[in-house]
Amino acid sequence: MSLSPDDVPRLPRGVRMRFDGVRGAHVLLAPERTFDLDQNAVAVLSLVDGARSIRAIAEALAAQYDAPRSVIEPDVITMLNGLAEKRVLDTAPAAPPA
Amino acid sequence: MNAVTDAVTPALPAPIGLLAELTHRCPLRCPYCSNPLELDKRSGELDTAAWQRVLTEAAALGVLHVHLSGGEPTARQDIVEITRTCAELGLYSNLITSGVAGALGKLDALYDAGLDHVQLSIQAAEAANAERIGGLKNAQPQKFAFAERVVALGLPLTLNAVIHRGNIHEVATLIDLAVTLGAKRLEVAHTQYYGWAYVNRAALMPAKPDVDRSIRIVEEARERLKGRLVIDLVVPDYYAKYPKACAGGWGRRLMNVTPAGKVLPCHAAETIPGLEFWNVRDRSLGEIWAQSPAFQAYRGTAWMKEPCRSCDRREKDWGGCRCQALALAGDAAATDPACSLSPLHAKVQALAIAESALETAPDYQYRTIGGAPLVTQPEGVTA
Repeated sequence: MSLSPDDVPRLPRGVRMRFDGVRGAHVLLAPERTFDLDQNAVAVLSLVDGARSIRAIAEALAAQYDAPRSVIEPDVITMLNGLAEKRVLDTAPAAPPA
Repeated sequence: MNAVTDAVTPALPAPIGLLAELTHRCPLRCPYCSNPLELDKRSGELDTAAWQRVLTEAAALGVLHVHLSGGEPTARQDIVEITRTCAELGLYSNLITSGVAGALGKLDALYDAGLDHVQLSIQAAEAANAERIGGLKNAQPQKFAFAERVVALGLPLTLNAVIHRGNIHEVATLIDLAVTLGAKRLEVAHTQYYGWAYVNRAALMPAKPDVDRSIRIVEEARERLKGRLVIDLVVPDYYAKYPKACAGGWGRRLMNVTPAGKVLPCHAAETIPGLEFWNVRDRSLGEIWAQSPAFQAYRGTAWMKEPCRSCDRREKDWGGCRCQALALAGDAAATDPACSLSPLHAKVQALAIAESALETAPDYQYRTIGGAPLVTQPEGVTA
Protein backbone atom coordinates (compact mmCIF):
# COMPACT_ATOMS: atom_id res chain seq x y z
CA MET A 1 0.00 0.00 0.00
CA SER A 2 1.13 3.51 -0.69
CA LEU A 3 -0.36 6.72 0.65
CA SER A 4 -1.43 9.65 -1.51
CA PRO A 5 -1.77 13.36 -0.62
CA ASP A 6 -5.56 13.03 -0.20
CA ASP A 7 -5.32 10.28 2.41
CA VAL A 8 -6.12 11.22 5.98
CA PRO A 9 -3.67 9.44 8.30
CA ARG A 10 -4.42 8.60 11.90
CA LEU A 11 -2.77 6.73 14.72
CA PRO A 12 -4.96 3.74 15.62
CA ARG A 13 -5.73 2.57 19.14
CA GLY A 14 -2.59 1.12 20.64
CA VAL A 15 -0.22 3.56 18.94
CA ARG A 16 0.62 6.82 20.63
CA MET A 17 3.31 9.45 20.80
CA ARG A 18 4.54 10.62 24.16
CA PHE A 19 7.43 12.50 25.64
CA ASP A 20 9.78 10.23 27.56
CA GLY A 21 10.89 12.40 30.43
CA VAL A 22 13.61 10.02 31.62
CA ARG A 23 15.40 9.99 28.24
CA GLY A 24 14.39 13.50 27.20
CA ALA A 25 12.97 12.50 23.82
CA HIS A 26 9.70 11.77 22.06
CA VAL A 27 8.83 8.17 21.32
CA LEU A 28 6.07 6.43 19.42
CA LEU A 29 4.72 3.54 21.46
CA ALA A 30 3.25 0.65 19.47
CA PRO A 31 2.60 -3.08 19.93
CA GLU A 32 5.88 -4.67 21.08
CA ARG A 33 7.83 -1.71 19.68
CA THR A 34 9.13 1.72 20.56
CA PHE A 35 10.13 4.09 17.77
CA ASP A 36 12.60 6.83 18.62
CA LEU A 37 11.41 9.99 16.92
CA ASP A 38 13.57 12.78 15.56
CA GLN A 39 12.37 16.39 15.39
CA ASN A 40 10.93 16.00 11.90
CA ALA A 41 8.96 12.91 12.82
CA VAL A 42 7.57 14.69 15.89
CA ALA A 43 6.55 17.66 13.73
CA VAL A 44 4.69 15.38 11.30
CA LEU A 45 3.04 13.17 13.91
CA SER A 46 1.90 16.19 15.92
CA LEU A 47 -0.25 17.08 12.90
CA VAL A 48 -1.63 13.55 12.39
CA ASP A 49 -5.05 13.86 13.98
CA GLY A 50 -7.40 11.79 11.81
CA ALA A 51 -8.81 14.99 10.25
CA ARG A 52 -5.98 16.58 8.25
CA SER A 53 -5.02 15.09 4.89
CA ILE A 54 -1.40 14.52 4.05
CA ARG A 55 -1.62 17.55 1.77
CA ALA A 56 -2.87 19.70 4.66
CA ILE A 57 -0.11 18.35 6.92
CA ALA A 58 2.51 19.23 4.30
CA GLU A 59 0.99 22.69 3.91
CA ALA A 60 1.12 23.31 7.64
CA LEU A 61 4.75 22.16 7.76
CA ALA A 62 5.59 24.31 4.72
CA ALA A 63 4.31 27.36 6.57
CA GLN A 64 6.05 26.33 9.78
CA TYR A 65 9.46 25.76 8.18
CA ASP A 66 9.23 28.25 5.34
CA ALA A 67 9.87 25.58 2.70
CA PRO A 68 7.84 24.67 -0.41
CA ARG A 69 5.10 22.08 0.08
CA SER A 70 6.27 20.24 -3.03
CA VAL A 71 9.55 19.49 -1.27
CA ILE A 72 8.02 18.53 2.06
CA GLU A 73 5.11 16.40 0.88
CA PRO A 74 7.13 13.49 -0.59
CA ASP A 75 9.13 13.23 2.63
CA VAL A 76 5.96 13.15 4.69
CA ILE A 77 4.53 10.41 2.47
CA THR A 78 7.73 8.36 2.72
CA MET A 79 7.75 8.59 6.49
CA LEU A 80 4.06 7.76 6.90
CA ASN A 81 4.31 4.91 4.37
CA GLY A 82 7.02 3.40 6.54
CA LEU A 83 4.72 3.48 9.57
CA ALA A 84 1.75 2.13 7.58
CA GLU A 85 3.82 -0.81 6.38
CA LYS A 86 4.61 -1.61 9.99
CA ARG A 87 0.86 -1.51 10.73
CA VAL A 88 1.10 1.38 13.19
CA LEU A 89 -0.64 3.99 11.01
CA ASP A 90 -4.13 3.82 9.48
CA THR A 91 -6.07 6.08 7.19
CA ALA A 92 -9.36 7.60 8.34
CA PRO A 93 -11.96 6.34 8.01
CA ALA A 94 -10.32 3.00 8.67
CA ALA A 95 -9.84 1.06 5.48
CA PRO A 96 -12.35 -1.80 5.18
CA PRO A 97 -10.84 -5.18 6.02
CA ALA A 98 -9.49 -6.87 2.93
CA MET B 1 13.29 2.45 50.02
CA ASN B 2 14.06 6.11 49.61
CA ALA B 3 14.16 8.65 46.80
CA VAL B 4 17.94 8.69 46.55
CA THR B 5 18.26 5.06 45.55
CA ASP B 6 15.64 5.51 42.83
CA ALA B 7 18.07 7.68 40.89
CA VAL B 8 19.73 5.83 38.04
CA THR B 9 23.36 6.77 37.49
CA PRO B 10 24.18 8.10 34.01
CA ALA B 11 26.21 5.00 33.15
CA LEU B 12 23.29 2.72 33.91
CA PRO B 13 20.69 2.45 31.15
CA ALA B 14 17.09 2.95 32.22
CA PRO B 15 14.82 -0.08 31.84
CA ILE B 16 12.37 0.19 28.98
CA GLY B 17 10.13 -2.82 29.60
CA LEU B 18 8.56 -4.49 32.61
CA LEU B 19 7.29 -8.05 32.41
CA ALA B 20 4.66 -8.24 35.14
CA GLU B 21 3.96 -11.89 35.86
CA LEU B 22 0.77 -11.24 37.75
CA THR B 23 0.05 -14.87 38.50
CA HIS B 24 1.29 -18.32 37.58
CA ARG B 25 -2.26 -19.67 37.46
CA CYS B 26 -3.32 -20.63 33.93
CA PRO B 27 -6.03 -22.80 32.39
CA LEU B 28 -3.56 -23.99 29.75
CA ARG B 29 -0.70 -26.42 30.41
CA CYS B 30 1.63 -25.78 27.47
CA PRO B 31 4.73 -27.99 27.61
CA TYR B 32 6.98 -25.06 26.61
CA CYS B 33 5.68 -22.64 29.25
CA SER B 34 8.25 -20.00 30.16
CA ASN B 35 7.27 -20.07 33.82
CA PRO B 36 9.66 -21.78 36.22
CA LEU B 37 9.20 -25.44 37.18
CA GLU B 38 8.34 -24.31 40.70
CA LEU B 39 5.21 -22.23 40.19
CA ASP B 40 4.17 -19.55 42.68
CA LYS B 41 0.93 -20.26 44.52
CA ARG B 42 -1.99 -17.85 44.66
CA SER B 43 -1.52 -17.27 48.38
CA GLY B 44 1.92 -15.83 47.76
CA GLU B 45 0.92 -13.35 45.05
CA LEU B 46 1.44 -9.60 45.40
CA ASP B 47 -1.75 -7.67 46.11
CA THR B 48 -3.23 -4.85 44.04
CA ALA B 49 -1.58 -2.05 45.99
CA ALA B 50 1.83 -3.65 45.67
CA TRP B 51 1.48 -3.95 41.90
CA GLN B 52 0.31 -0.35 41.69
CA ARG B 53 3.38 0.77 43.62
CA VAL B 54 5.62 -1.30 41.33
CA LEU B 55 4.05 0.28 38.26
CA THR B 56 4.46 3.79 39.66
CA GLU B 57 8.14 3.12 40.37
CA ALA B 58 8.59 1.55 36.94
CA ALA B 59 7.20 4.63 35.18
CA ALA B 60 9.51 6.90 37.17
CA LEU B 61 12.49 4.70 36.24
CA GLY B 62 11.83 5.06 32.52
CA VAL B 63 9.79 1.95 31.73
CA LEU B 64 7.56 2.56 28.69
CA HIS B 65 6.00 -0.87 28.04
CA VAL B 66 4.35 -3.07 30.64
CA HIS B 67 3.63 -6.65 29.65
CA LEU B 68 0.78 -7.94 31.78
CA SER B 69 1.53 -11.61 31.76
CA GLY B 70 1.39 -14.79 33.79
CA GLY B 71 0.26 -17.50 33.76
CA GLU B 72 -3.02 -16.09 32.64
CA PRO B 73 -3.21 -12.44 33.75
CA THR B 74 -7.00 -12.27 33.51
CA ALA B 75 -7.16 -14.88 36.28
CA ARG B 76 -6.39 -11.94 38.59
CA GLN B 77 -9.56 -10.30 39.88
CA ASP B 78 -7.84 -6.90 39.81
CA ILE B 79 -6.59 -7.09 36.21
CA VAL B 80 -8.84 -4.17 35.16
CA GLU B 81 -7.62 -2.02 38.03
CA ILE B 82 -3.98 -2.80 37.26
CA THR B 83 -4.53 -1.96 33.59
CA ARG B 84 -6.16 1.34 34.56
CA THR B 85 -3.13 2.21 36.68
CA CYS B 86 -0.88 1.62 33.66
CA ALA B 87 -3.01 4.01 31.59
CA GLU B 88 -2.98 6.66 34.32
CA LEU B 89 0.81 6.47 34.45
CA GLY B 90 1.18 6.70 30.66
CA LEU B 91 2.58 3.16 30.55
CA TYR B 92 1.85 1.16 27.41
CA SER B 93 -0.10 -1.91 28.50
CA ASN B 94 0.22 -5.19 26.66
CA LEU B 95 -2.04 -8.04 27.76
CA ILE B 96 -0.41 -11.42 27.12
CA THR B 97 -3.28 -13.85 27.33
CA SER B 98 -4.51 -17.32 26.44
CA GLY B 99 -7.93 -15.84 25.66
CA VAL B 100 -9.78 -18.70 27.38
CA ALA B 101 -11.86 -19.06 30.55
CA GLY B 102 -12.70 -15.63 32.00
CA ALA B 103 -10.65 -13.58 29.54
CA LEU B 104 -13.46 -12.65 27.15
CA GLY B 105 -15.72 -11.57 30.00
CA LYS B 106 -13.18 -8.99 31.11
CA LEU B 107 -12.15 -7.70 27.71
CA ASP B 108 -14.59 -4.79 27.37
CA ALA B 109 -13.71 -3.52 30.83
CA LEU B 110 -10.01 -3.77 29.96
CA TYR B 111 -10.66 -1.75 26.82
CA ASP B 112 -12.45 0.91 28.84
CA ALA B 113 -9.59 0.96 31.35
CA GLY B 114 -7.21 1.95 28.54
CA LEU B 115 -5.60 -1.31 27.46
CA ASP B 116 -3.27 -0.66 24.50
CA HIS B 117 -2.58 -4.05 22.93
CA VAL B 118 -3.47 -7.72 23.13
CA GLN B 119 -1.11 -10.59 22.48
CA LEU B 120 -3.09 -13.80 22.16
CA SER B 121 -1.38 -17.19 22.28
CA ILE B 122 -2.30 -19.71 19.64
CA GLN B 123 -0.99 -23.26 20.02
CA ALA B 124 -1.73 -24.41 16.47
CA ALA B 125 -4.11 -23.52 13.65
CA GLU B 126 -5.84 -26.89 13.71
CA ALA B 127 -8.12 -27.14 16.76
CA ALA B 128 -7.44 -30.72 17.87
CA ASN B 129 -3.70 -30.20 17.64
CA ALA B 130 -3.90 -26.86 19.43
CA GLU B 131 -5.92 -28.37 22.27
CA ARG B 132 -3.56 -31.33 22.60
CA ILE B 133 -0.58 -28.97 22.90
CA GLY B 134 -2.28 -26.57 25.33
CA GLY B 135 -3.80 -29.42 27.32
CA LEU B 136 -7.28 -27.86 27.39
CA LYS B 137 -10.32 -29.11 25.49
CA ASN B 138 -12.52 -26.58 23.71
CA ALA B 139 -9.87 -23.87 23.96
CA GLN B 140 -9.73 -23.03 20.26
CA PRO B 141 -13.29 -21.69 19.77
CA GLN B 142 -12.84 -19.56 22.92
CA LYS B 143 -9.66 -18.11 21.46
CA PHE B 144 -11.33 -17.32 18.16
CA ALA B 145 -14.25 -15.58 19.92
CA PHE B 146 -11.79 -13.62 22.02
CA ALA B 147 -9.79 -12.53 18.94
CA GLU B 148 -12.98 -11.46 17.19
CA ARG B 149 -13.96 -9.23 20.10
CA VAL B 150 -10.46 -7.69 20.33
CA VAL B 151 -10.65 -6.69 16.67
CA ALA B 152 -14.27 -5.50 16.96
CA LEU B 153 -13.23 -3.18 19.79
CA GLY B 154 -10.49 -1.73 17.59
CA LEU B 155 -7.66 -3.00 19.77
CA PRO B 156 -4.51 -4.09 17.96
CA LEU B 157 -4.15 -7.88 18.02
CA THR B 158 -0.94 -9.89 17.88
CA LEU B 159 -1.04 -13.67 17.64
CA ASN B 160 1.84 -15.47 19.29
CA ALA B 161 2.54 -18.96 18.04
CA VAL B 162 5.31 -20.92 19.70
CA ILE B 163 6.69 -23.25 17.06
CA HIS B 164 8.02 -26.76 17.67
CA ARG B 165 7.95 -30.28 16.27
CA GLY B 166 4.22 -30.64 16.96
CA ASN B 167 3.06 -27.65 14.88
CA ILE B 168 5.90 -26.67 12.56
CA HIS B 169 3.94 -28.12 9.63
CA GLU B 170 1.23 -25.52 10.35
CA VAL B 171 3.24 -22.32 9.88
CA ALA B 172 1.53 -21.46 6.57
CA THR B 173 -1.95 -22.07 8.00
CA LEU B 174 -1.09 -20.05 11.12
CA ILE B 175 -0.25 -17.12 8.86
CA ASP B 176 -3.58 -17.53 7.04
CA LEU B 177 -5.35 -17.71 10.40
CA ALA B 178 -3.73 -14.48 11.60
CA VAL B 179 -5.03 -12.71 8.49
CA THR B 180 -8.50 -14.22 8.88
CA LEU B 181 -8.73 -13.21 12.53
CA GLY B 182 -7.69 -9.64 11.69
CA ALA B 183 -4.39 -9.63 13.58
CA LYS B 184 -1.92 -6.89 12.74
CA ARG B 185 1.06 -8.89 13.93
CA LEU B 186 2.03 -12.53 14.15
CA GLU B 187 4.92 -13.85 16.15
CA VAL B 188 6.31 -17.07 14.76
CA ALA B 189 8.43 -17.85 17.77
CA HIS B 190 10.46 -21.00 17.68
CA THR B 191 10.59 -22.56 21.14
CA GLN B 192 13.32 -21.32 23.45
CA TYR B 193 14.54 -24.22 25.52
CA TYR B 194 14.38 -23.01 29.11
CA GLY B 195 12.07 -24.02 31.96
CA TRP B 196 9.32 -26.38 30.87
CA ALA B 197 10.55 -26.35 27.28
CA TYR B 198 13.95 -27.60 28.44
CA VAL B 199 12.29 -30.50 30.23
CA ASN B 200 10.28 -31.26 27.07
CA ARG B 201 13.08 -30.57 24.64
CA ALA B 202 13.12 -34.00 23.02
CA ALA B 203 9.37 -33.80 22.43
CA LEU B 204 9.58 -30.31 20.96
CA MET B 205 12.78 -30.11 18.94
CA PRO B 206 12.00 -29.72 15.23
CA ALA B 207 14.19 -31.08 12.45
CA LYS B 208 16.52 -28.66 10.72
CA PRO B 209 14.93 -29.01 7.24
CA ASP B 210 11.52 -28.22 8.75
CA VAL B 211 12.99 -25.15 10.48
CA ASP B 212 14.52 -23.94 7.23
CA ARG B 213 11.24 -24.47 5.43
CA SER B 214 9.30 -22.53 8.10
CA ILE B 215 11.69 -19.60 7.69
CA ARG B 216 11.19 -19.58 3.92
CA ILE B 217 7.40 -19.61 4.38
CA VAL B 218 7.62 -16.61 6.73
CA GLU B 219 9.87 -14.68 4.37
CA GLU B 220 7.55 -15.25 1.44
CA ALA B 221 4.47 -14.27 3.49
CA ARG B 222 6.12 -11.09 4.77
CA GLU B 223 6.53 -9.88 1.20
CA ARG B 224 3.03 -10.95 0.13
CA LEU B 225 1.30 -9.44 3.19
CA LYS B 226 3.24 -6.18 3.46
CA GLY B 227 1.04 -3.50 4.99
CA ARG B 228 -1.50 -6.08 6.22
CA LEU B 229 0.35 -8.38 8.59
CA VAL B 230 3.70 -7.88 10.26
CA ILE B 231 5.41 -11.19 11.01
CA ASP B 232 8.12 -11.39 13.65
CA LEU B 233 10.30 -14.46 13.49
CA VAL B 234 12.27 -15.87 16.40
CA VAL B 235 14.64 -18.51 15.10
CA PRO B 236 15.56 -21.56 17.18
CA ASP B 237 18.76 -21.14 19.13
CA TYR B 238 20.16 -24.62 18.68
CA TYR B 239 20.34 -24.22 14.92
CA ALA B 240 21.41 -20.57 14.97
CA LYS B 241 24.75 -19.05 14.06
CA TYR B 242 24.76 -16.39 16.76
CA PRO B 243 22.84 -16.30 20.03
CA LYS B 244 20.07 -13.88 20.92
CA ALA B 245 20.85 -10.95 23.16
CA CYS B 246 18.94 -12.32 26.13
CA ALA B 247 16.31 -9.73 27.11
CA GLY B 248 18.32 -7.19 25.10
CA GLY B 249 21.31 -7.74 27.36
CA TRP B 250 21.24 -8.69 31.04
CA GLY B 251 20.01 -5.77 33.16
CA ARG B 252 19.95 -3.36 30.23
CA ARG B 253 16.35 -3.09 29.05
CA LEU B 254 14.00 -5.41 30.90
CA MET B 255 12.96 -6.41 34.35
CA ASN B 256 10.65 -9.23 35.27
CA VAL B 257 8.59 -9.21 38.46
CA THR B 258 7.31 -12.63 39.53
CA PRO B 259 3.86 -13.18 41.09
CA ALA B 260 5.50 -13.24 44.52
CA GLY B 261 7.45 -10.02 43.89
CA LYS B 262 10.93 -11.24 43.05
CA VAL B 263 12.65 -9.10 40.45
CA LEU B 264 14.55 -11.01 37.78
CA PRO B 265 16.69 -9.89 34.82
CA CYS B 266 14.86 -12.49 32.71
CA HIS B 267 12.07 -14.94 33.36
CA ALA B 268 14.39 -17.95 33.58
CA ALA B 269 17.06 -16.34 35.78
CA GLU B 270 16.05 -18.33 38.85
CA THR B 271 17.53 -21.44 37.26
CA ILE B 272 21.01 -19.99 37.89
CA PRO B 273 22.12 -21.10 41.36
CA GLY B 274 23.74 -18.63 43.70
CA LEU B 275 22.10 -15.49 42.33
CA GLU B 276 20.52 -13.25 44.96
CA PHE B 277 17.18 -11.81 43.85
CA TRP B 278 15.62 -8.89 45.66
CA ASN B 279 11.91 -8.53 46.21
CA VAL B 280 9.64 -5.52 45.69
CA ARG B 281 8.16 -6.22 49.12
CA ASP B 282 11.47 -5.15 50.65
CA ARG B 283 12.93 -2.56 48.28
CA SER B 284 12.05 -0.09 45.54
CA LEU B 285 12.29 -1.12 41.92
CA GLY B 286 14.94 1.55 41.32
CA GLU B 287 17.14 0.23 44.09
CA ILE B 288 16.76 -3.29 42.76
CA TRP B 289 17.56 -2.26 39.18
CA ALA B 290 20.68 -0.39 40.19
CA GLN B 291 22.05 -2.51 43.00
CA SER B 292 20.60 -5.99 43.27
CA PRO B 293 23.31 -8.66 43.05
CA ALA B 294 21.35 -10.58 40.41
CA PHE B 295 21.22 -7.59 38.06
CA GLN B 296 24.87 -6.76 38.68
CA ALA B 297 26.08 -10.31 38.07
CA TYR B 298 26.05 -10.31 34.26
CA ARG B 299 25.44 -6.67 33.42
CA GLY B 300 27.83 -5.19 30.85
CA THR B 301 30.84 -7.16 29.60
CA ALA B 302 33.27 -7.36 32.54
CA TRP B 303 32.08 -10.85 33.55
CA MET B 304 32.73 -12.34 30.12
CA LYS B 305 35.22 -15.07 29.33
CA GLU B 306 36.68 -15.89 25.94
CA PRO B 307 35.57 -16.11 23.19
CA CYS B 308 33.02 -13.42 24.21
CA ARG B 309 35.49 -11.13 25.94
CA SER B 310 37.38 -10.10 22.80
CA CYS B 311 34.52 -10.67 20.35
CA ASP B 312 33.36 -7.67 18.34
CA ARG B 313 29.76 -8.84 18.80
CA ARG B 314 29.97 -8.66 22.59
CA GLU B 315 27.80 -5.55 22.77
CA LYS B 316 25.38 -6.90 20.15
CA ASP B 317 24.36 -10.19 21.67
CA TRP B 318 25.89 -9.70 25.13
CA GLY B 319 27.16 -13.27 25.20
CA GLY B 320 23.71 -14.73 24.56
CA CYS B 321 21.61 -16.35 27.25
CA ARG B 322 23.09 -16.96 30.71
CA CYS B 323 20.48 -19.57 31.58
CA GLN B 324 21.18 -21.52 28.42
CA ALA B 325 24.92 -21.30 29.09
CA LEU B 326 24.30 -22.82 32.49
CA ALA B 327 21.91 -25.50 31.25
CA LEU B 328 24.09 -26.61 28.36
CA ALA B 329 27.64 -25.72 29.32
CA GLY B 330 27.28 -26.01 33.10
CA ASP B 331 28.60 -22.46 33.57
CA ALA B 332 26.39 -19.36 33.50
CA ALA B 333 29.40 -17.20 32.55
CA ALA B 334 30.31 -19.31 29.53
CA THR B 335 29.54 -18.32 25.95
CA ASP B 336 26.02 -19.39 25.09
CA PRO B 337 26.51 -22.68 23.21
CA ALA B 338 23.93 -21.44 20.68
CA CYS B 339 26.80 -19.31 19.35
CA SER B 340 28.85 -20.81 16.53
CA LEU B 341 31.96 -19.43 18.25
CA SER B 342 31.31 -21.55 21.35
CA PRO B 343 33.48 -24.67 21.54
CA LEU B 344 30.29 -26.57 22.42
CA HIS B 345 28.24 -25.39 19.47
CA ALA B 346 28.74 -28.46 17.29
CA LYS B 347 27.68 -30.73 20.16
CA VAL B 348 24.53 -28.68 20.71
CA GLN B 349 23.58 -28.93 17.06
CA ALA B 350 24.26 -32.66 17.07
CA LEU B 351 22.06 -33.01 20.14
CA ALA B 352 19.20 -31.10 18.47
CA ILE B 353 19.52 -33.20 15.33
CA ALA B 354 19.51 -36.43 17.36
CA GLU B 355 16.44 -35.43 19.38
CA SER B 356 14.50 -34.21 16.37
CA ALA B 357 15.25 -37.51 14.61
CA LEU B 358 13.49 -39.61 17.27
CA GLU B 359 10.92 -41.57 15.35
CA THR B 360 8.22 -40.89 17.93
CA ALA B 361 8.39 -37.75 20.02
CA PRO B 362 8.15 -38.49 23.77
CA ASP B 363 4.93 -37.53 25.58
CA TYR B 364 4.71 -34.00 26.89
CA GLN B 365 5.27 -33.31 30.57
CA TYR B 366 2.52 -30.74 31.01
CA ARG B 367 3.08 -27.86 33.39
CA THR B 368 1.30 -28.12 36.71
CA ILE B 369 0.96 -25.93 39.77
CA GLY B 370 1.79 -27.45 43.12
CA GLY B 371 5.23 -28.75 42.45
CA ALA B 372 7.15 -29.73 39.38
CA PRO B 373 6.62 -33.30 38.26
CA LEU B 374 9.37 -35.80 38.74
CA VAL B 375 11.27 -34.77 35.71
CA THR B 376 14.43 -36.06 34.23
CA GLN B 377 16.49 -33.10 33.09
CA PRO B 378 17.81 -33.56 29.59
CA GLU B 379 21.51 -33.66 29.10
CA GLY B 380 23.80 -30.73 28.50
CA VAL B 381 26.89 -31.04 26.41
CA THR B 382 29.78 -30.73 28.82
CA ALA B 383 30.30 -34.42 29.40
